[in-house]
Amino acid sequence: MSNDDQILDEFTSKEYEHGWSVDLEADEAPLGLSEDIVRFISAKKNEPNWLLEWRLSAYRHWLTLKEPDWANVAYPSVDFQAIKYYSAPKKTKKLDSLDDVDPELLETFSKLGISLTEQKRLTGVAVDAVIDSVSVATTFKETLGELGIIFSSFSEAVQEHPELVKKYLGSVVPVKDNYFAALNSAVFSDGSFCYIPKGVRCPMELSTYFRINAANTGQFERTLIVAEENSYVSYLEGCTAPQRDENQLHAAVVEILAEKEAEVKYSTVQNWYPGDKNGKGGIYNFVTKRGICNGDHSKISWTQVETGSAVTWKYPSCILKGDYSQGEFYSVAVTNNYQQADTGTKMIHIGKNTKSRIVSKGISAGYSQNSYRGQVEVMKRAENARNFSQCDSLLMGNLCGAHTFPYIDINNKSAQVEHEATTSKIGEDQIFYCTQRGIDEESAVALIVNGYAKEVLNQLPMEFAVEAQKLLALTLEGSVG
Amino acid sequence: MSATLEEALIGNYGSDFLPNLQNIKQEAKSAFIKNGLPKFREEEYKFTPIAKTLEKNFSFKNQVSQEIGLPDLAGQLIEDSAVNQIIFVNGVYSSTLSKFEQTDGLIIKSLKQAAVDHADNVEKYFGKLSDVTIDSFAALNTALTQDGIYIEVLKNTNLATPFYIYYVNTAQNAETHSFPRNLIIANSNSKITLVEKAITLGNNNAFLNVMAEVVVHENAHVHQVRLQNDRNNAYEVTQTQVNQTSNSNYSAYTISLSGGMIRNNLNITSDGQNCESNMYGLYLLNEKTHVDNHTVVDHKQPNSYSNELYKGVLDDKSKGVFNGKIFVRQEAQKTNAFQSNNNILLSDSATLNTKPQLEIWADDVKCSHGCTSGQLDKEAIFYLQARGISKQKAIGMLLYAFANDVVDKIPVEGIKTYLDNIVSRRLNS
Repeated sequence: MSNDDQILDEFTSKEYEHGWSVDLEADEAPLGLSEDIVRFISAKKNEPNWLLEWRLSAYRHWLTLKEPDWANVAYPSVDFQAIKYYSAPKKTKKLDSLDDVDPELLETFSKLGISLTEQKRLTGVAVDAVIDSVSVATTFKETLGELGIIFSSFSEAVQEHPELVKKYLGSVVPVKDNYFAALNSAVFSDGSFCYIPKGVRCPMELSTYFRINAANTGQFERTLIVAEENSYVSYLEGCTAPQRDENQLHAAVVEILAEKEAEVKYSTVQNWYPGDKNGKGGIYNFVTKRGICNGDHSKISWTQVETGSAVTWKYPSCILKGDYSQGEFYSVAVTNNYQQADTGTKMIHIGKNTKSRIVSKGISAGYSQNSYRGQVEVMKRAENARNFSQCDSLLMGNLCGAHTFPYIDINNKSAQVEHEATTSKIGEDQIFYCTQRGIDEESAVALIVNGYAKEVLNQLPMEFAVEAQKLLALTLEGSVG
Repeated sequence: MSATLEEALIGNYGSDFLPNLQNIKQEAKSAFIKNGLPKFREEEYKFTPIAKTLEKNFSFKNQVSQEIGLPDLAGQLIEDSAVNQIIFVNGVYSSTLSKFEQTDGLIIKSLKQAAVDHADNVEKYFGKLSDVTIDSFAALNTALTQDGIYIEVLKNTNLATPFYIYYVNTAQNAETHSFPRNLIIANSNSKITLVEKAITLGNNNAFLNVMAEVVVHENAHVHQVRLQNDRNNAYEVTQTQVNQTSNSNYSAYTISLSGGMIRNNLNITSDGQNCESNMYGLYLLNEKTHVDNHTVVDHKQPNSYSNELYKGVLDDKSKGVFNGKIFVRQEAQKTNAFQSNNNILLSDSATLNTKPQLEIWADDVKCSHGCTSGQLDKEAIFYLQARGISKQKAIGMLLYAFANDVVDKIPVEGIKTYLDNIVSRRLNS
């Protein structure tokens, strides 16, 4: 491969396309973190007392914790006192239609390719668009409302359905779960709340777009999805962020609860600013995502396409508590330049006859480090648990690294667990096969990478699959046509 | 972890052994005093609470030495070991009990003697192949070792008869603890096979922390078999640090059948081209035996090959831990590394924790690992039953076949027969 170096060079010098910042008048908290800031955020959002207490207990617990260092990533430690914990685009009144939205904001959306109007008319996707920390517009709410589905920003849910929020908040990811979850619980600014009542099949893909906008604003979303008995929902989350020189912290928490025979499908495309080609800047993405299959025959499926962030620390997990429940994890993680990703999943088998499946595809290029870290645990009472894991790594160039850390803990003899991992590069013979048939080298690489990731991309909903493919191509531009 | 246990450990052993290596021993001692035994849930010892176990079972007070003769070991030695046997009693080399053929091309001495006669080699390798201050037990052994064996195979020497090394613990009257330290050097184009086994006499607790440094020069072949079939109050921590140079071949066979708590650290540095490293392991456990195998292969140069196969059968309340790491450095292009860990759990009280780990920095490599845990194929059992074989016997046969994949690899016939007997007896009961 004679022009390998050239291709890699082009690809590694590719600048982030979605980097710009719109000047929105933000309503911000002062820098730093203290009990006062927690009270400030809570007051700002007009929250009931129990929620403030909940936040404070999280904050107090957070103070006792130490930042974890076990992940296979290295970054300058975060100064938690140099972050603004609240930033909201100023709004004077409640918005009823798109006309009321700040035109600058609409422009941001159209740059991102999320035209609300277009989406409303054509795709049937309800978009809960989050800019910085406050949900600005929620569409299709009425249609969903007729079915009894609640899909709103977290702050709205706190005001309108406090009993539901109180019941489920922290039930999957408790306040004391880990360092970043505790931090999030203390200072989370907004997020999405989704509730699917018993027997309802959500007719459309629910989608929310996150975007970090104001400088120095760590964003701490909180997402809570509750699927009652025999319901179904497919939830999409995607994000892009503007170019920044300072590292920005993102510590989100996602909680999913699936009751008996419910199914939740959660898909993410993550494309935050990964830093420039020298590894300067970029987002720190420390996320806690966890779902619990609470009832029998329930199912939770995570699909993620990770292309952005300077440092990623993310393990979407499933607790398979109900008998016959199922967990799935499909992931494509692409790292380039100096990006570092430590991502994977946890499958905790508690119920009988539970099944899980893990498919993880890592692609590393440039100087990046890409790690898969997963755990499959079969508890003593989990009769006939079944797991299949496959994690493959693809290396482009010899300056990057691929790492696999699978933990397998079995406490029941009937468990059947298989784990398989391979590491390889794109074969010269594969490229040759393509070029011989008149496909140029770049398209050949694209073809091979897409084929490699196909198993995961196929799991994405239609609307997202297109974006994901675009992103994959964009991230690997130069080597991918 | 109370400080007293660590103090007892350090305090009761003089450090006058190997006077010309005091620097490294002192360094290891300070490291041990600083770090202590592995803390609760420490990543490398996450599933093996060794500090707690030692604290519970040992006082580490001065041990009383006990004279033994060969009759005391009757029935404990492997039959064909009569030719070359090297015997340690409580960590000290016994020249009266040991015997071996003196051949040209072979140097066998106590490490103490070798430190005088072969000072250059001992100083070059003792504590130098790896950082002995990182792992608590490597540090402990380096600091406390009282004796060991020095085996050097000279150029172009092919030793056909295996060497058996026995670590005898005389626990008839009180607990014992020993820290033997071996240095094995296979010079270019030589070949040697070693078999190691611990034997505990008496009913008191025994702790063995044995460490070996193995240097495999160009074109040399070293086979190292470790048999662990001791009393259930015998605790064993083994450290093997292997350095390979170009075209060399090293194979380890770790067979664990019984004991209290066993931890094996096997580290191979593949620092040369066209090296071949094989790691085979079998753990066939019952009762409360706890076996933890940690292996590391570090590929530093191109065109090498490593292959790892560990198999486990866990019954009763036994616990199996496996952690295999493969590192492929940036320069180590065209490395082929394979790792496989297969397990069968026979009881719901048995536990398995496995973590096959790959860390790769080179792009043109073929690396894979696989890991399974499951049960015997019901159809296979049925097949045998349909042919008039009782279910229990069918299960025994299938397990035997499962274990045999590893046993069969052992290059010493005597060991194969010895294991065959134990394994088939165990599996058919």
